[in-house]
Amino acid sequence: MTSPGTVQQAVISPGINLELSFNQALQGLGVPPDLAHILWLPLPMLLVLVAAVIGVLVTVWLERKVSAAAQQRIGPEYAGALGVLQPMADGLKLLVKEDVIPARADELLFTLGPVLVLIPVILSWLIVPFGQHLLISNVGIGIFLWIALSSIQPIGLLMSGYASNNKYSLLGGLRAAAQSISYEIPLALSVLAIVMMSNSLSTIDIVEQQNSAGLLSWNIWRQPVGFLIFWICALAECERLPFDLPEAEEELVAGYQTEYAGMKFALFYLGSYINLVLSALLVSVLYLGGWGFPIPVEWIANLLGQSTQEPLVQVITGSVGIVMTILKAYLLVFLAILLRWTTPRVRIDQLLDLGWKFLLPISLVNLLVTASLKLAFPIAFGG
Amino acid sequence: MNIANSTELICFLVLSIIVITGSLGVVLLSNIVYSAFLLGGVFMAVAGLYLLLNASFVAAAQVLVYVGAVNVLILFAIMLVNKKEELKPIKGLQIRKVLSAGVCAGLLALLIRVDLTTPWNLPGPSAIGEKATERIGEHLFTDYLLPFELASILLLMAMIGAIVLARRDVLVNDVGTGESVDQGLIEKTTNPILIDKRSTS
Repeated sequence: MTSPGTVQQAVISPGINLELSFNQALQGLGVPPDLAHILWLPLPMLLVLVAAVIGVLVTVWLERKVSAAAQQRIGPEYAGALGVLQPMADGLKLLVKEDVIPARADELLFTLGPVLVLIPVILSWLIVPFGQHLLISNVGIGIFLWIALSSIQPIGLLMSGYASNNKYSLLGGLRAAAQSISYEIPLALSVLAIVMMSNSLSTIDIVEQQNSAGLLSWNIWRQPVGFLIFWICALAECERLPFDLPEAEEELVAGYQTEYAGMKFALFYLGSYINLVLSALLVSVLYLGGWGFPIPVEWIANLLGQSTQEPLVQVITGSVGIVMTILKAYLLVFLAILLRWTTPRVRIDQLLDLGWKFLLPISLVNLLVTASLKLAFPIAFGG
Repeated sequence: MNIANSTELICFLVLSIIVITGSLGVVLLSNIVYSAFLLGGVFMAVAGLYLLLNASFVAAAQVLVYVGAVNVLILFAIMLVNKKEELKPIKGLQIRKVLSAGVCAGLLALLIRVDLTTPWNLPGPSAIGEKATERIGEHLFTDYLLPFELASILLLMAMIGAIVLARRDVLVNDVGTGESVDQGLIEKTTNPILIDKRSTS
């Protein structure tokens, strides 16, 4: 899957091309080109994986600090400055805990469940762009790949719920799957409205189309309703409060995670936070201009009389892109954390009513309105 | 043979092994939950085969529809109706097994014959890679419009049928057994929407 994207990358970027220089350096050492290509392939993937895990550590720290502030506590304080090492301590604790499998549980499915929850989420990072050429693979189906992959997750949840041999787990798994299915439809419809405007499924094209006039051309101004629908559905897909029905403590102990301990529990934990960061990144890609600076970087470069092909300018553009993407994503993560610690949980019937009777019709109307606006004003809505 | 080709071959072999053993497992395993999960694995492997054929949109659609929707619904149905039931031994099970094995073997022989006699190496249209998504859209809205719309009507009919079956206050008699429905089981006392029109008006 990666080969078409990497080939494309090698062809475009006329300025700095890390892949090309890496390959040339290796070939200078006498490594055949094919082997050099194979040696290059895992590097960006590892980088993104590390970035995802660090993103989770930061999010966990933020969650602890913001929740503490919301409850007028101080929060973690002693592990590192301001408690920044607390998430590491949490992770280490889970790593050395005993791995318990309940006696009557189905061992194979019990082990496979958390893995199936985590893998699709990590695979989805394939399409997250941090800059013009800064992504693992510019696959043509882009955002559709994410929607397809995120539909695998409920199977893992059902699997772990069933294998635990516990009524709370089973109910939690069933709820998770029901919630995931119901919110996937409005989510996909609001993405479809964006895709219609940018005439492409690729995340790169979606961001490019928003960055013609900086802040003013971001999709959030053209798709305000779609933005809200997408954000609500993304929260529901991540099972964040107000939609954390599958693990509602008062009703289901901890839902499908009840019987899990140690590293298997950590996989669920990691999966849910990676998913949260991923959703925030995708909201920023789809609606907030992705890597784009509020004022287009090209304008500033032209004003200063610099060419955008120069190495230094490219390095600065790339860094600004990465910083902007992460900044936007973490603003949204902050919003999600605030929402979690200030809103009450909805009931399961309210949740399904909201999904099927409110968000679905609204997103259909949004799609139709976008289509007609695209026909009526092709300049503003990407005709 | 270069690295790209051998990678493709290895992927093809692994995916085919997963598809064949997985589908055998779906049919032969006695635990129905395992069968359902294996079915999901088989669907994923088929999506992988599409990906090898450079049809990424079809692969993603396969994952979305078959794994994300069909398989999850199958699992849902199994887990909600997971009654412990003592199954009675069926008479003449051995003969049935032999008969169905014979039919399957015949089908296999037929398929192998088709496989061997058909000239597969036809000069088809060249692959268009990433543009396939647009091409599929064009076809769906021009020459395949009628089948597309008919399929949507079929789905609509299934949906209405499911709603009618699920809302038990619509029906006087149980569809399966023909007994009269215990209206006390219905939580919300809504007005029946189809029956008793005459008695209320």
